[in-house]
Amino acid sequence: MRLPESDIQPPRSARKRWAMDLGESSIEMLIRLCGWSSILFVLMIFFFVFREAFPLIGNSEFSFKEFFTSINWRPTSEIRETYGVLAMIVGTLSVTGLSMLFAVPLGLGAAVFLSEFCTGHVKETLKIVIELLAAIPSVVWGFIGYMVVGPLVVEWTDAAIGVNLLTSSILLALMSVPVIVSVGEDSLKAVPDSFREASVALGANRWETIYKVLFPAAKNGLLAAVLLGVGRAIGETMAVLMATGHSTRIPHSLVDPIRTLTATIASEMGEVSRGSTHYQVLFLIGVLLFAMTFLVNLIADLVVRGIRKNG
Amino acid sequence: MTDVNLIEHHFSTKNSECIFDVRLNPFRVELRSSRRELLRLVSCGFFTSSMLWTTGCAIRNSAITSIRINGSDTMVNLAQGWAERYHRVEPMVEIQVLGAGSGVGIADLADGKCDLATSSRPMKEKEFHAVVEKTKCKPVGYIVGYDAMAMYVHPGNPVKSLSLEQLAEIYGDRPQLTKWSQLTVPNCKVPPKHDEIIPIARQNSSGTYSYFHDTVIGKKRDYRLGTVDANGSKDVVAIVSHTPSAIGYSGMGYKTDAVDWLSLSVKTGGPAFSPTLENARSGKYPITRPLIIYSRGTANIDSPEGKFLHWIYSNEGQELVTQLGYVPVEQQELIQHAFA
Repeated sequence: MRLPESDIQPPRSARKRWAMDLGESSIEMLIRLCGWSSILFVLMIFFFVFREAFPLIGNSEFSFKEFFTSINWRPTSEIRETYGVLAMIVGTLSVTGLSMLFAVPLGLGAAVFLSEFCTGHVKETLKIVIELLAAIPSVVWGFIGYMVVGPLVVEWTDAAIGVNLLTSSILLALMSVPVIVSVGEDSLKAVPDSFREASVALGANRWETIYKVLFPAAKNGLLAAVLLGVGRAIGETMAVLMATGHSTRIPHSLVDPIRTLTATIASEMGEVSRGSTHYQVLFLIGVLLFAMTFLVNLIADLVVRGIRKNG
Repeated sequence: MTDVNLIEHHFSTKNSECIFDVRLNPFRVELRSSRRELLRLVSCGFFTSSMLWTTGCAIRNSAITSIRINGSDTMVNLAQGWAERYHRVEPMVEIQVLGAGSGVGIADLADGKCDLATSSRPMKEKEFHAVVEKTKCKPVGYIVGYDAMAMYVHPGNPVKSLSLEQLAEIYGDRPQLTKWSQLTVPNCKVPPKHDEIIPIARQNSSGTYSYFHDTVIGKKRDYRLGTVDANGSKDVVAIVSHTPSAIGYSGMGYKTDAVDWLSLSVKTGGPAFSPTLENARSGKYPITRPLIIYSRGTANIDSPEGKFLHWIYSNEGQELVTQLGYVPVEQQELIQHAFA
C-alpha cells in the first residue's frame, strides 16, 4: 500500500510535538526543583543547627566569652563544666593553613603540568591516578597517618609523638590535592588557545605565557580550586580525628598534637544526652564551622569581584 | 558451674514489669522460600505477592531472634566472641555487637536502641535515672568478668613502676610531673626529645576514661589539658608502641609485644604489682574494675537475653574471658549502686 507521506505527517508530528512539549516542560520542572531543593536543604540544615544551639542564649551554665577566649574544654567535669573552644579554633585554623601551604603549590603545579605540558597516554594515566587519590576514604587516610606518616615524622623531625599538626597537615594536603588539580586543570583548559598563540607570537616563552597570561586569565577558576581545597581541609573529620592526636592545647611548634572543631563534634556527639548544655555547645561548634566556611566563601567572592572590577 | 539453680532462681523470679523489645531481623528469610516468593511475585502480580508477604512474616516470626548489644570498647572483643560462640550453641539467635563506648551503650539502652549494654564502669546516678525515666524499669548490671586497667609504656622506657599518687600527678589538672627525668632512677639519661611525658587518655564517652578519673585522679580534680585522647582501647596501645615518651591506660587484654606494662603501687615506695591475672584476682593490683552487662530490668530466664546472660556464666562463656586476658568470675554477681 502506498500512502503519500505528506498526508500523514502533520497529525503525527503534531501529536509528537505535544508529547515533546509535555516532556520538555516536566523535565524543566524537575531540573528547577533540583536547583531549588539545594537551597532548601541548606536552609533546613541552617535552621536545624541554629535551633539546637539557640537555647544557649540565656543559659546560665554557659558564657560566650568563655567559649571564644578560654582553652578549657571540660564538658564532663564533675567540678565545673567549662566549654572553651579557643584551642580547637587555633587547631582547625593551623592545620588548614599548613595543609594549604603544602597543597596549593603542589596542586596548581600539577594542574599546569596536566593542562599545558602533558599529552596522550601520560595525561590520561595521571588523571586516572589523581581521581583514584580522591576516592580513598578518609578513614584509610587516617590509618596511613598514624601507621606510616607519623613514625616517619618522628624519625625525621623533632617530634616526640607521631600524631601531630605536621602529620595531619600532610594528610589533609594529600586529600585536597586531587580537588585542586581537577578544578584547576579545568579552569586552565577553559582559557582559549588564542591567548596562548598571541602570547607566543609576542615572543613570550612557555613560563612567561603561563605566569603572565594563563594565570590572570584563569584566576577565578584557580581561586575556586584553592577554596574547594580549603573547604575539604576545614570539613575533614575522620582523618584528623585519627592523626591530630586530639589534644586540647594551643600548639607551640609544628609537631605538637592538636584538636580540631570537627573531630570534637565527631567524638562527643554520640554520647551526649539530647538537650543538655554539652549537646547545645556541640551544635554551637557546628554554627561556628558554618560561619567559618561562610566567611571563606564570602572573602573569595569579594576577591573575585575585585579582580573583575580591576581587570 | 555450681550455682546454676541460684542463677535460674534469680533470673526467673522478680521480673515481668519489663517486656523486652525483641526485634526480628527482616533480612533473614530462608533462601529457598524467598526465591519462590520472587517467582510468584513476578507471575501473579501485586495481590498474590502481598498475600505471600504476610506468610513470609509468619515464617520469620518463628525463626530468628536478634539481640542488639552496644557499649564498652574495652569489652567489644569479648562481646563479639560471645556472640559468635553463642550463635553456634543457639543458631536461631543472632547477636549484633557494637562498641561505641560505655556512655553511648547506656544512652542507647535508655532509648531502646539496644537490648543489652556493655559497660566497663558502673552507671552514674544521672544515667540510672535516665534509664528508669525513659523505659520505666530499673537497669540491672551483671558482672561478667574483671579487668585490670593496665598502664602501658614503650619498652625502651627506663621507668618500670609508678604509684597511683604519681599517676594522679601525671594526669591530673595542673600536673606536677611533666618530665620523665623527674621520675627516673639516677645514672639513666633521658634524651631531651623524649623527656616530656605524653599522657595518652581516652575520649570522654569512654568508660575507661571515667573509671580512671574516678579511681586514680579523684573526683575532686579534673584531667589535665593537653592529654592525647585516643578513640579506642587498641589505639592507646598503638600510639604508645610508636611513641617512646608516652604513657597510656587501657584494658589488660590489649597487651602486645611492642609495649610494656608498668607495675603499680598505691603509695609511692610501697609494693608494686603488675597487672597479671593472679594479681588482679587477688586484688593486689590497685586498679581492677568490673566488666558489666546492663539489661532493662532483671533479665527473664525465658527471654533470649536471659538465656544469653545465663550462658555467659557457663564454663564455655567464662573460658573466653580467660582467653582474652581478663579475669573470669566464679558465679553470677550483680553490681550494687549506692543510689539505687
